[in-house]
Amino acid sequence: MTRADQNSSSSLSFEQSLRLSWRWFLRDFRSGGVRVLFAAIALAVCAVSAVSFLSDRAQRAMALQANQLLGGDALVKADAPIGPAQRALAGQLQQAEVLSFNSMLRAGSTLKLADIKAISQGFPLRGAYQLVDANGKISMQAGAWPKPGQLWLSGAGAQALSVKIGDKIALGALEFEIGALIVQEPDAALSYFNVAPRAIIRLDDLAKTQLIQEGSRVVYRLVVAGAANQVAAFSAQVQPTLKRGQQLETVQDARPELRQALARANQFLGLSALVAVVLAAVAAAMAARRHTARHIDGCAVMRAIGASSQNILQIYLGQLFWVGLFAAIVGVVSAFALQALAASLLAKALQLDIPAASALPALEGFAVGFVVLMSFAAPPVLALKNAAPLRVLRKDLPSPQISAWLALVLGLAGLAGLIVMKAGSVELGLTILAGLAATLFALALLAFALIAGVHALRGRLRGRLRGPLRYGLANISRRASASAVQTTALGLGLMVIMLLTLVRSDLLYRWQAELPDNAPNRFVIGLQAEQTEPFSAAFQTAGLAKPTLFPMIQARFVQQNDQAITQTSFAEQSERAQRLAERNFNVSYMAELPADNEIVAGKFWANNTQSAEFSVEVELAKSLGWNLGDTLAFDVAGQRLEAKITSLREVDWGNFQPNFFVIASPSAARELPQSFMTSLHLPSEKFALTNELVQQMPNISVIDVDAILAQVRRTSAQAAAAISWVFYFTLAAGVLVLIGAMRATQDERLREAAIMRVLGASTTQLRLAQLSEFTAQGVIAGGTAAIAANVLSGVIAEQILGISWRVDPMLMLVGTRAGVLAVVATGLITLRSAVTLAPAQSLRALEG
Amino acid sequence: MLQTPSANNPQIMLHVQALSKQVSLPEHTLTLLDQVSFTLVAGETLAITGASGSGKSTLLGLLAGLDSPSSGSVQLAGTDLNLLNEDGRAKLRRQQVGFVFQSFQLLPALSALENVMLPLELMGAPNAKAKAEEILAQVGLRERLTHYPRQLSGGEQQRVAIARAFVSTPKVLFADEPTGNLDTKTGQQIADLLFALNETAGTTLVLVTHEQKLASRCQRILNLDAGRVVNS
Repeated sequence: MTRADQNSSSSLSFEQSLRLSWRWFLRDFRSGGVRVLFAAIALAVCAVSAVSFLSDRAQRAMALQANQLLGGDALVKADAPIGPAQRALAGQLQQAEVLSFNSMLRAGSTLKLADIKAISQGFPLRGAYQLVDANGKISMQAGAWPKPGQLWLSGAGAQALSVKIGDKIALGALEFEIGALIVQEPDAALSYFNVAPRAIIRLDDLAKTQLIQEGSRVVYRLVVAGAANQVAAFSAQVQPTLKRGQQLETVQDARPELRQALARANQFLGLSALVAVVLAAVAAAMAARRHTARHIDGCAVMRAIGASSQNILQIYLGQLFWVGLFAAIVGVVSAFALQALAASLLAKALQLDIPAASALPALEGFAVGFVVLMSFAAPPVLALKNAAPLRVLRKDLPSPQISAWLALVLGLAGLAGLIVMKAGSVELGLTILAGLAATLFALALLAFALIAGVHALRGRLRGRLRGPLRYGLANISRRASASAVQTTALGLGLMVIMLLTLVRSDLLYRWQAELPDNAPNRFVIGLQAEQTEPFSAAFQTAGLAKPTLFPMIQARFVQQNDQAITQTSFAEQSERAQRLAERNFNVSYMAELPADNEIVAGKFWANNTQSAEFSVEVELAKSLGWNLGDTLAFDVAGQRLEAKITSLREVDWGNFQPNFFVIASPSAARELPQSFMTSLHLPSEKFALTNELVQQMPNISVIDVDAILAQVRRTSAQAAAAISWVFYFTLAAGVLVLIGAMRATQDERLREAAIMRVLGASTTQLRLAQLSEFTAQGVIAGGTAAIAANVLSGVIAEQILGISWRVDPMLMLVGTRAGVLAVVATGLITLRSAVTLAPAQSLRALEG
Repeated sequence: MLQTPSANNPQIMLHVQALSKQVSLPEHTLTLLDQVSFTLVAGETLAITGASGSGKSTLLGLLAGLDSPSSGSVQLAGTDLNLLNEDGRAKLRRQQVGFVFQSFQLLPALSALENVMLPLELMGAPNAKAKAEEILAQVGLRERLTHYPRQLSGGEQQRVAIARAFVSTPKVLFADEPTGNLDTKTGQQIADLLFALNETAGTTLVLVTHEQKLASRCQRILNLDAGRVVNS
């Protein structure tokens, strides 16, 4: 026999190893050996897929909700009738048409300029009008359409015209009957500057009013809705056909504050899912380590009776494969059930349809399960192939370890893969990974320092501590490395939970703060200079705060430096730039920077400046190619407004305050033709005040933004509810890490407790020892986690969510208490057998 | 073809030549086994005796290829263990060797039947279940096939271990204090069973024990003291 022959070890055939590993899986599952690992991976997959299922559905629901603001999924807006060629592009999509224009409504002798909308049947394609009927009953019916000769009128309109349902009201040549009052329009958020009152009629009644003549200023809208791919196809096809005066709007073009809410919600949901993934991976790695530790002796026996290292790998990796496969199936199925339940509750709470989930999250769940299995569970198991057969004779031999580098590389690669996959970008993924690594390092350092603290404290209190207490504390410092690892893991779980609580409450707080109860619910525009005094006085008389008035100058952009602006100046730039440049700018002037604005380049002018300066919103400046130092000129009713750009600003568009793209220094614009505008919060009992003001000053327009606010509030509430569910899944993953960390030392504790029992320790003494150890560990883990969570939440709040960070001084207390509670509860439950089992039983169980 | 002394004589099952084992400690080198040599022919039984720490278990580990010597050689069933790597030695054990341990070393997750089937499964042998059932019946555990180790007494566990050791019809059986964890009466029964099966199968037996009575049942005794053979 050659040496090569002798050394060749028979490897099991694929079928043999599959069969053997299957039996190993069944045997180990029956005996409870792989149940923890199974549960860890199932929970990992469940958490990931449930989060993904739910985010997927929540995001679809939010997109749908946002689409309601358009009345459909996309629309073409035009200043002339939309031709058949463009209509034909809509193909199989649902279509509706809306014509809107301003005209006078007459009720008796009262005349009001109104925003009129003539709608075809089926509009809105997304959402529905909320109407109040003659009996005062509010209803929301999809597909509702005014009856022929009937008109729906906004509440503010009815108030301004002093009419009620059933009254007659004239529009052009036709007299309508008021059929219902509009409580909420799904597409009301298209613009703040919809002039009240608003009226809705049937499209086929429009001709009879004889209002639309040649040259009438009418906005035509073709609204479409349907499957996402068809809408996208329509958008792509219609885009190149757009003529001057036409534009395509999708949900992306809807209100900026809604877009912000959606973007933040997406980021937060993604972040939460990511956290669940990392926690699950940690839990799986812990479970796999324990699985390995329990099988080393068995593998040594197998090696002694002739198994090759390849046989061991085939059997145990095969076993992992079965664990992974079934755990992933269980995970995905339970995730589907959980999200279905969550979605139905969410749908009920928010009274809306949540679209069905796609199959993608299930695939993602399997992929994540596989990566977690291979990167986190497999490395410890690989060590089994190195189990020394001599262990059958000498139990004191050290346990085989796989190369720390290999584990690190595999774990990091897996983690990086998962993070990049979830974060959606390599840069963000790597940043998060680096952040996580730094956090782990800091957590470990802190944990070591605190454990050393416990050791020192124990030394100082020597003799004053009672037995079980001393034993419990000794356990921590005696196993300093193990305790540090465990505390770091516990700390990571706790930190993530705290971090999520913090960021979540920050986020919700921020949304609430963005939409406070006293958010402006009325905008007033068109106020003339001589009316500002009586206008403000009326508020003071009514016992309300004097409103802040902003000057508003209608200006047309005519020159940049030496370059005159023509129709083609921006033709080569984006369509947005062209649109922005063509429209009239509402320029304001003020001495001080508005509160929610932030200078990002240059310097805002001094309070008393005499020079002509502009401060411009940074994104607009980018779009139009405006730079600091450029001189811009605008035409204001034949007069020239010219100044140099001296600062660029970031503007918070979500604050419901009047915001301006271009602000001039007072000296540059004070003398130009101007009107004033303001935003106010009117308590409901004072709604009549604006009516009186409109009677006195017929030229002003009062815009009711209650409907817009309600819409944004609903969307925010929906996002918040979705986040709560995601949060609970992540919480469950955190608890799993706690259990994993506890189980890691379960055998050792069982043995110690059994020995203490044999030496005469009572149940109370054992419990007290456990309690003191877990409490100390909880304090360390909770305290470490609180510090890390506070710092990290700052980074996330500032860098990712773009909101300001507030240090939470209560967190140390709350965090530590949560840490103690979590560790003590998990510890006592997980390790209860250490106290309840008879010593002989424990020892026998450990010996097998 | 690799020639070894025992390869020329198929009757020689174990040929040990100047076997030594040292371990390096921070201050000095500790000799666990010093220049041990002996030969065993097929079917022979040998007891390795000695006080605790005399090197019995070290020698057993080296004989079975569980550990590597510092110097010297072991030829097991005609193959020099020094020429084999870890997996090669495992293969040799799978084909030629059976084990019985003091602490039984049954896999806790496997039933009695599954434990006995294991060596056959690793060999890819056919009818593993039937063979395992048969030998378990021979050791008196026909009724305990599906029981797990924790559900069996010490004596019963050792019976399962003996069944596992013999099921692959090994040429050499190594037994490390097989009665060490059992009471006298059970120990006696286990020893009877071991020797009976050994005789039937004609296996070469190497038995480590500190019990003179058990050692005296072997044809030869190798007495160790501080790693040296003091009486053979």
